[in-house]
Amino acid sequence: MTKIHVTATVNGDPVEFLTDPRESLLDCLRDRLGLTGSKEGCGTGDCGACSVLVDGVLVCSCLVLGAEAQGKKIETVEGIANGEELHPLQRKFIEHAALQCGFCTPGILVAAKALLAQNPDPTETEVRYWLAGNLCRCTGYDKIIRAVMDAAAEMRGAA
Amino acid sequence: MAKDEMKTGYRLIGTRPDRPDGLDKVTGRARYGADVTAPGMLHAAVVRSPHAHARIVKIDASKALAMEGVKAVITRADFPTGLTGEDWNLQENTIAGEKALYDGHAVAAVAATSKLLAQDAAKLVEVTYEVLPHVTDVDAAMAPGAPVIREGAADHSVPEGMHPNVVRYIDFGHGDMDAGWAAADLVREQTYKTEATHQGYIEPHACLGQLGADGKGEMWVCTQGHWFIRRMSCAVLGIDASQLRVTPSEIGGGFGGKTTIFMEPLALALSRKAGGRPVKLVMSRSEVLRATGPTASASMDVKIGMKKDGTITAAQVNFRMQGGPFVGSSPIGEALSCAFACYDIANIQHEGYEVLANRPKAAAYRAPGSPMAAFAVESLIDEMAHELALDPLKLRLKNAAREGTKSSYGPTYNRIGLVECLEATLAHPNLSAPLGPNQGRGAAGGFWFNWGGETSVSLAIGEDGTVTVSVGTPDIGGSRASIALMTAECLGIPYKSVRVNVVETGALGVNEPTHGSRATFASGLAAVEAAKQAMKTMCARAAAAWGIDADAVEWVDGAAVPAGDNAGKFPPMTIAEIGATMGSTGGPISGHHEVTASTHGASFGVHVVDVEIDPETGRTTVLRYLVVQDAGTAIHPAYVEGQYHGGAAQGIGWALNEEYVYGADGRLQNTVFLDYRVPVASDLPMIDTVIVEVPNPGHPYGVRGVGETGITPPLPALANAIAAATGARLRALPMSPPKVLAAIHAKG
Repeated sequence: MTKIHVTATVNGDPVEFLTDPRESLLDCLRDRLGLTGSKEGCGTGDCGACSVLVDGVLVCSCLVLGAEAQGKKIETVEGIANGEELHPLQRKFIEHAALQCGFCTPGILVAAKALLAQNPDPTETEVRYWLAGNLCRCTGYDKIIRAVMDAAAEMRGAA
Repeated sequence: MAKDEMKTGYRLIGTRPDRPDGLDKVTGRARYGADVTAPGMLHAAVVRSPHAHARIVKIDASKALAMEGVKAVITRADFPTGLTGEDWNLQENTIAGEKALYDGHAVAAVAATSKLLAQDAAKLVEVTYEVLPHVTDVDAAMAPGAPVIREGAADHSVPEGMHPNVVRYIDFGHGDMDAGWAAADLVREQTYKTEATHQGYIEPHACLGQLGADGKGEMWVCTQGHWFIRRMSCAVLGIDASQLRVTPSEIGGGFGGKTTIFMEPLALALSRKAGGRPVKLVMSRSEVLRATGPTASASMDVKIGMKKDGTITAAQVNFRMQGGPFVGSSPIGEALSCAFACYDIANIQHEGYEVLANRPKAAAYRAPGSPMAAFAVESLIDEMAHELALDPLKLRLKNAAREGTKSSYGPTYNRIGLVECLEATLAHPNLSAPLGPNQGRGAAGGFWFNWGGETSVSLAIGEDGTVTVSVGTPDIGGSRASIALMTAECLGIPYKSVRVNVVETGALGVNEPTHGSRATFASGLAAVEAAKQAMKTMCARAAAAWGIDADAVEWVDGAAVPAGDNAGKFPPMTIAEIGATMGSTGGPISGHHEVTASTHGASFGVHVVDVEIDPETGRTTVLRYLVVQDAGTAIHPAYVEGQYHGGAAQGIGWALNEEYVYGADGRLQNTVFLDYRVPVASDLPMIDTVIVEVPNPGHPYGVRGVGETGITPPLPALANAIAAATGARLRALPMSPPKVLAAIHAKG
């Protein structure tokens, strides 16, 4: 099948790739661009492990076609840290032991960052409902919620 | 025992340092099963049976093979014949032979130059089936007239006259049952059912395999145990174990489900057929749910006799379990052994039947067998406590197993911590939290044996005095951190001076998987022994340098020092100094330890849950949740809490929502996470934990293992809480809203 040529930016870097019209953005990130931080847990938009931002909007990249990325600004887990400096969410996830196997972590970090961008002071319930689309099977969510709340407090300067 | 008292003297154990793999995991760098590629790599797709039970009449791959870019198609004909026992089971489950035995059973596989091409080609493989009658329910599979899944599969243990699908029978017990029933003031008997659930790890199975015509191969795979992958794959393919080198990826969850093979030999067989090109095979979520290890489903009768004061005088269970179409896949033996393990009961009888059904081959799932057994037993104990107007927790304390108790499954317990867990539970503030309308509180106990097993660990002193530990147990929940803590504690060096690596099969002796809650216990024990061996060598090097007897040197705080004034006056020789000079003082310094560890300590826990039931919808909201469990010693308490949280969450899912739903056609109806409903963040509250520490005398630092017990009590604890809230007793899982609502209505 004829491939489609796509240009976009990923984590601020210009990229171009060829995609089969049937390939998801997740497949393109992982297989065409070598950005394997975003994970496929289901391929049906249920688990959130592939969460990325497309022009600032939180999406499951398994439900977006690679071709739809044309001209878009994509942000993935690989872009959360600023060089050597970890984002507060990343630091707090390590500090709170908010990950065990770590497979859901990239998607949860991307989703949590999107939450804090629009709601810097979420309640526990708000965090739980915002992250309800990100499945974690290891942690029971307890330490994840604490890490997000703590990161939010630090980012507000309230920690 | 007070926690502080017990921990006296530890520098590092009990602290909460950052885990060594944390940075890689928050930046997306950690490499899991599907995250690697290899030069010349092909992609594979599997052709699976859409039928629960069907004879495979013909497989025609000519159209698939005619596609450009398709490099190989394999069927059972590409595998050796003549396997027996579990090896045959594994081969048959990897790729069907004469019959497809469940919906999703692999029948062929394709390798092609791209993932999409492989998927397209798989659709062109034409399989002709003769559909056969099927059965998926455990009780239906035992009933007269049920379709026979495999004639002659039953072993000698099965009583005569049973249906051919009944393939194993177990019975054991002790005491005098008649006397036990006669001594009881109250005897009650009930039947319980649990549906199969899936481990639900978020990472689907993935591997990258390469096998040449010379029989040499390599594999990268997400697994809990790469030596198991090696042994099983080699058995299925008929190659030598030493010729297959298996490297474990980071693992995206396992919970027991990644202790066996499902599709790994397919990648290797495709690679061999495609001229030795590496083949990547990644399952979809629906493949994971249809064709990898769910747990068994169970049907269980329980009978208990009690005195008015709550003393249990007799107890009896009769369990039926299906674990798919193969003998030995269900955890029937474990379920029976766990059923009454929390109690000191004089008269006890267990009977169990394993039954074949047209479902996937069951794999281990966190404390295999124990959650089902606990659901049945702990539900009935709760019912009887209420009937006798006794506090259910105090009733458990009255009957609790302790050191010296002859366990329900035979052995006599050494030091165990159930009583301490029950006492800590009774003292917890959650027990006095007020409850409102439609709210109820339930408690239950749980047990897991824990495990030691085959373990090989190697440790090397670096030229700068830092230490590398090589272990063979993949790190699922932070075991690299806990093993580094124990090693650093033993050597008297900083935590950051130890790096623990999970290494490939070529680098160590055989290791069992990370299963049975054994990784921190067994690899930790072996790492400490390896450290002691290296320490002895380092003391000998210092002794030689000082010209004194090796026995006159001891190891203190990361350095060799003279043992007492008589040994002579020398300044401490640090591990860094010894490492820097070891090349000229006798060569590299390492330690290793190989053991089949058998000194693991049994694990007990108690959970208490408060729920609110919506009387209009039957929905259960978990308001409050408490986990109390004996860790032996919590090496890294944050990851002990993590295991308690995770076990509770999985148990809550099993209790309330998760189940395998089969249609009348024998096909699995809920093959995606939208329909297979695991708990999400908004379903759960914070989970309170109490880490009880009754050290295991069989481990240098008292570790028991903490992974599994926590999934056991939630099933009955929730049933007991729902009964307390509604007055309706549910005896079948899951207790989903429609079932709860129906139970409320039935009660009137």
